[in-house]
Amino acid sequence: MTQQTVLNAAHRALGAKMVDFGGWDMPLNYGSQIDEHHAVRRDAGMFDVSHMTVVDLRGARTRDFLRHLFANSVDKLKVPGKALYSCMLNEQGGVIDDLIVYFLAEDFFRVVVNAATHDKDLAWIEKQAKAFAVTVTERADLAMIAVQGPNARAKVQSLLSSATREKAAKIGKFVACEGDGLFIARTGYTGEDGYEIIVPEAQAVALWDKLLAAGVKPAGLGARDTLRLEAGMNLYGQDMDETITPWEAGLAWTVVLDAGRDFIGRAALEEHKAAGTGRAMVGLVMDDKGVLRHGQRVVTAQGDGEILSGTFSPTLGRAIAFARVPAGTADRAEVDIRGKRVPVRVVKYPFVRDGKPIEAA
Amino acid sequence: MNEIPGDLKFMKSHEWARVEDNGTVTIGISDHAQGLLGDLVYVELPTVGDDVTAGNACAVVESVKAASDIYAPVSGKVVSVNSALAEKPETINEDAFGEGWIFVVKPSNLAEDSEELLDPDAYAELIENEEH
Repeated sequence: MTQQTVLNAAHRALGAKMVDFGGWDMPLNYGSQIDEHHAVRRDAGMFDVSHMTVVDLRGARTRDFLRHLFANSVDKLKVPGKALYSCMLNEQGGVIDDLIVYFLAEDFFRVVVNAATHDKDLAWIEKQAKAFAVTVTERADLAMIAVQGPNARAKVQSLLSSATREKAAKIGKFVACEGDGLFIARTGYTGEDGYEIIVPEAQAVALWDKLLAAGVKPAGLGARDTLRLEAGMNLYGQDMDETITPWEAGLAWTVVLDAGRDFIGRAALEEHKAAGTGRAMVGLVMDDKGVLRHGQRVVTAQGDGEILSGTFSPTLGRAIAFARVPAGTADRAEVDIRGKRVPVRVVKYPFVRDGKPIEAA
Repeated sequence: MNEIPGDLKFMKSHEWARVEDNGTVTIGISDHAQGLLGDLVYVELPTVGDDVTAGNACAVVESVKAASDIYAPVSGKVVSVNSALAEKPETINEDAFGEGWIFVVKPSNLAEDSEELLDPDAYAELIENEEH
């Protein structure tokens, strides 16, 4: 059974090509995903991300609960509205999901998790929450629109009441504010500035239409994937899963081994680190023609690896990928594309930031 | 959906073939196929002089989304390739039945190979059924 977001009819009216994504009927593109990609890099685009799961956590011990549940430390969240990216791990240190958590009050945090992992995430959170007497409420009544690009904030602000506009204009990166019935967060999944707006379903179509009228270009999952990969952001299920620790998923920066905090998976992570992580996630750029794809074999002097996310980068005009390769891989490798070994450069990512290619890419 | 030109024949795998006045056969992919693939970013052309066999893969088109083999609708020798596609693969998205042609063969067994191909009506019916 395929689920639909409240914006489904709006997508179809715009001529979207729809696909199944994690059980949801979502727009892949509205014509050209490359045009949509460039619109986000150069101006402003919007994505319906209402399929993602918003979960509200309430209770006096919510912060303690999240110190236990997440590998990143919610102790970094000191000012209400502040957001944090984190992994949620199992006891083996494998990634159950990656997510964003917002600190709203000492007894109220909000978490946004992936759509494809909805069932297992909720089951896990509910199970762990019992010991802390935290109430877990899924907010299926909320839709979400991500507005991204160098002109995204200005276009959103032009639609807000003056009081809300003032708040939205002031918030820094990875901070949220509320107003006009909206939850407005300066976060995203594209490497551009912008907002992710959580909106009651009843207001969502009107907001979408106002954004359209303000010149924000609708963009589908196709552009969302090329944008996030250029920006060096992981996709759950493709770049990491429950069998991979953050150490081998390029997510060490999200793990805080602070004194005295016993988060789920910590012991396994420390063991894995001490034993040495055999593999690393790297970026690949291919200067020859062709496209790097998920599952292709990467041949290095240290042994074989594989491509996790691979695509054609519209900003760079060549193929880019994330690959998991033996640790210590040098700056050159080859990829097996339909039986042919094609040379690739091993680079640090992101490949693109704020609309500009990064030097090494 | 563009109109399907009446002078084309089709494979079930969405290649089209047009017999030219000089007896050669021009080959491309259908407008329906480019729509399924999405934005094309790379075309691997056959080489002029290659012998191709009806039903065998002889070229590759890649979109952002997927790579897809192109099968030869008829057997013969490749006499021309659309080298402009190397720089502008999106031409196939823009004009699949015209400027987006991929290669031309001098057929060796045209009468027999043609019997395996679909006429425009049969092809239209095929893609109609695919969509439901």
